[in-house]
Amino acid sequence: MINFISKRLIQSLIVMLVVALISFFLFNFVGDPVSNMVGQETTIKDMNALRERLGLNDPFLVQFGRFLGDALHGDFGISYRLQRPVEELIAERMPATLELVFVSAVFAVVLGISGGLFTGLKRNHWFSKFILTSSLVGVSLPTFIIGILLIYIFAVKLNWLPSFGRGDVVKLAGGWSTGLLTLSGWKAIILPAITLALYQMTLILRIIRSEMLEVMRTDFIKFARARGLKSRDINYGHALKNTLIPVITVTGLQVGSLIAFSIITETVFQWPGMGSLFIQAVQFADVPVMSAYLVLVAFFFVLINLIVDLLYFVVDPRLRAEIKG
Amino acid sequence: MKSTHSMTWWDRFRDHDITYSFCHSPVTMLAAIVTLLMVLAAFGAPLLTSYTPFEPGSLSLMDAFLPPAWEPEGVSQHLLGTDGQGRDILAAIMYGTQVSLTVGMLSVLLSVAIGIPLGIIAGYFGGWVDTAIMRFADIQLTIPPILIALMIDGITRTSLSSEVHEVIAIPVLIVSIGLASWPQYARITRSGAMVERRKDYIAAAKLIQTPTALVLLRHIFPNVVGPTLIVATIGVAVAIIIEATLSFLGVGVPPTTPSLGTLIRIGNNFLFSGEWWITFFPALTLVVLVLSVNLIGDWLRDTFNPKLR
Repeated sequence: MINFISKRLIQSLIVMLVVALISFFLFNFVGDPVSNMVGQETTIKDMNALRERLGLNDPFLVQFGRFLGDALHGDFGISYRLQRPVEELIAERMPATLELVFVSAVFAVVLGISGGLFTGLKRNHWFSKFILTSSLVGVSLPTFIIGILLIYIFAVKLNWLPSFGRGDVVKLAGGWSTGLLTLSGWKAIILPAITLALYQMTLILRIIRSEMLEVMRTDFIKFARARGLKSRDINYGHALKNTLIPVITVTGLQVGSLIAFSIITETVFQWPGMGSLFIQAVQFADVPVMSAYLVLVAFFFVLINLIVDLLYFVVDPRLRAEIKG
Repeated sequence: MKSTHSMTWWDRFRDHDITYSFCHSPVTMLAAIVTLLMVLAAFGAPLLTSYTPFEPGSLSLMDAFLPPAWEPEGVSQHLLGTDGQGRDILAAIMYGTQVSLTVGMLSVLLSVAIGIPLGIIAGYFGGWVDTAIMRFADIQLTIPPILIALMIDGITRTSLSSEVHEVIAIPVLIVSIGLASWPQYARITRSGAMVERRKDYIAAAKLIQTPTALVLLRHIFPNVVGPTLIVATIGVAVAIIIEATLSFLGVGVPPTTPSLGTLIRIGNNFLFSGEWWITFFPALTLVVLVLSVNLIGDWLRDTFNPKLR
């Protein structure tokens, strides 16, 4: 098991290095960082001095090494547009995004799994057919249109929920601001969380349904029925357990893409998170913010993949036995 | 019974399994008709409407914010109403659909043009070539295409001046979406090529010393391209969604040549003041277009290759 984990860790490290390299290229070779920092009236001599001072004349490997060192210390330079350290901007906005992603992930996983189980176990029930048909429409609706629709219905017409922002936030220790402790915060997170979760929920629902249908056809379920076990034990003790591997894989990947898709949701709902920061950075060619966001998102992806790999050991006794034996 | 030789192409077309399946699936027929109408309306826009919504000189602010014709204040000249600058919504949608369809189809063409050759090479040669290509594809597959397209678009925006970027924004968008979605086509083509390369006709071709390039092009390619093209149909729907999303976020096509996504973005600003039609009709067009293309894609997949389901 140690062997497997260390192999995985090395793979993750390589992916992170590649992403860091891309982000470094972005930072140093796309556009001229010096001309982005100075004003119009700076002379060529001053610009060369600044170039030397920033170490832009050093050999490539030295520069990349320095970039890595800075990145490990959380130093991604200064935003061109806002003239503030990038790590400060991101630290301010990370709680908003992570809370949104967390609430949507819970939402998507709980509703996706229960919906998938229901449609898989009672495939001919009218409600199963209703769920499946509406999920097809859900896949065809782009995220931002769902968001606009929800805003129009619940914020403009019914006036039940706010259409933008996070509501009141409470500062916690360590600079973390949370909206989950106030009523207005919960009201504000409902619509964006539903918007973000809907597509991922559909995917999880569909994979669970098709896996359940497949497992129910296998011999060991037939034998379990022949033994006269209670159908609840069969459904959850035998069938569900055997669908867990693909379900965990898909769920893990979907939680990862929630972070990326939050860019869209945050823009629609003017949610003050990292996604809307990133979109503004793309619009204004704010390279330090872009490259920091890239590294951070890659880090979350790698982390989630690693957790998924470790979860395989928890749910699959065959893997544990293989490693012991 | 007529022999095959005396049948005209029309007879053969009429008797074909595919035609039969098509004529017995009313939903697919409806989707095909809707898609066809939308394509005709989009590319025939200059002939079908006299409005030129994206030439600033032709707009009249007097006509701004007119609701659709069936509302009390609507006028029959502007069937679906006008936006804040007096643009006819129907004409704007027709031109916008043209941009959306163009970007969607060309970017899928690019993905396929990258994915099929790489998939054939990976599947036919195997070994480290296969490992290298597919490992790269796997890593890219874990990142959502929309994020990759955003990155590529952001990089070009940074390295070019804004005037140059405005001119080449649409080609850049096509390249970003195209580069972001090739791995799935490479995967499907690869699995086809791995099956084909073990068959006798390939051994025969090798035996008479056909050059490898020719084997790939004349023998493998025609036999693996089908399933890939079926998936590409659904790919067009996905590409249209990505384009619309990027344009909605304000990083896609420039406002001077708007797509459906840009129109929805513009209309979204008026949602609160009650001018719902400015954003509703472009959004409805987008959803109907994507749903129709998806339905056609699903039908193609189920008819040609039920295994892919």
